Amino acid sequence: MSEATGPAVMTETTVPRFARGTRLQYDRVREVWFIQAPERAFHADPVAAEVLQLVDGTRTLGAVIDLLAEKFAAPRTVIAHDVLAMVAELAEKQVLLHA
Amino acid sequence: MSTPPPPMSLLAELTHRCPLQCPYCSNPLMLDPRTQELGTTEWQRVLDEAASMGVLQVHFSGGEPMARPDLPELVRHAAKAGLYSNLITSGVLIRPESLRALADAELDHIQLSFQDVDPTSADRIANMAGAHAKKLEAARLIAAEGIPLTLNFVIHRQNAEHVPAMLELAEQLGARRVEIAHTQYYGWGLLNRDALLPDRAQIDATTEAVTAARARLAGRMSIDFVTPDYYEDRPKPCMGGWGQRFLNITPTGKVLPCHAAETIPNITFPTVREASLAAIWEDAPIFNLFRGTDWMPQPCQSCAFKEEDWGGCRCQALALAGKADAADPVCHKAPDHGQVMQAIAQRPQTPPPFRYRRFGNA
Repeated sequence: MSEATGPAVMTETTVPRFARGTRLQYDRVREVWFIQAPERAFHADPVAAEVLQLVDGTRTLGAVIDLLAEKFAAPRTVIAHDVLAMVAELAEKQVLLHA
Repeated sequence: MSTPPPPMSLLAELTHRCPLQCPYCSNPLMLDPRTQELGTTEWQRVLDEAASMGVLQVHFSGGEPMARPDLPELVRHAAKAGLYSNLITSGVLIRPESLRALADAELDHIQLSFQDVDPTSADRIANMAGAHAKKLEAARLIAAEGIPLTLNFVIHRQNAEHVPAMLELAEQLGARRVEIAHTQYYGWGLLNRDALLPDRAQIDATTEAVTAARARLAGRMSIDFVTPDYYEDRPKPCMGGWGQRFLNITPTGKVLPCHAAETIPNITFPTVREASLAAIWEDAPIFNLFRGTDWMPQPCQSCAFKEEDWGGCRCQALALAGKADAADPVCHKAPDHGQVMQAIAQRPQTPPPFRYRRFGNA
């Protein structure tokens, strides 16, 4: 899908990637994660930072959810719900695209 | 006073030289000459210091920053320091080779300004023949290179009707963001206020156009909308609070809390040639002058919004009320609010000629 059209819904089979001009960055001064984007940087909460560190342009969201469910020993349905809601919001903000 | 938070963003004004002469330019009336501009190694040191202080984004601006041949070198240096780099440009100096050099230096984003959508009007506002056509070509080159693009339109009484067409142009050119920003009235903008200040009907029409476009373009293009605060009841939180988030460095290395702060009288402006950026941010009198809320007069001091709008804009208070520590006169509670009402009431029916921004024309 091209960057000029609206975001399609991201599902577990979606492979997300960062749009050019956006990235996740650790701020060593404030000791928090930020999403860097055109003319703004917004704070990524710890959950968002865990998810976005696994976004590499090759991994599906299903695989991201599996890894996090294992890492945090949490119910997969709960993790899946949170991850899909978060990526939907970031797709709306033009931070994440379909790879 | 407690230690201030680390700054988020640095506006690096590399030069005041510019091929355009827009009458609302944010540069000061007294422009810095080329001979006194900071050199490449001085800017590189400043970028390193900014990154280590916690600055996340650097905005390379001017004047026209592409007038500096060392721009790609500075962009590369910013990238190595972990800074997100943004180029704020008129676009008239962009060529395929110069753009490629910036892309290779890992420039993250470009903000390209337009004066209007109608070429004749746009070239008249910029006072440069052929400027608009060059900008259209620059936008095409940027899209082809794939660098994320924001289009910036400065709105005033002589182009406000074209806002819907501006939003369409931004969409056609593949911009991810567009800024529809009404002129702010400091410096050159204040000098040209009668030629620029829109009326209430124009404000309402631009607001409607932006609202409709936001609904249509959700998720594809975001729109930043800056209204002229002369028509607001409450002042804007200028710079997110004085000395809270933002640093500006002028071409000659003066460090300021906002780009208009050089108008403030009786204070020494610190420079990166004499002190470190961190020392200036934390200790320089200009930064501590209006930091926090202790400096505030009434009615700000007892106002419920004092930590939302931070008393508004200091430079506007100076320009309109004659005192930088007065309540921003755009606030309906400010003792000097009459100044704003008067400016609106006395706005001439026919806009006077522009007084163009150039060396020696203030």
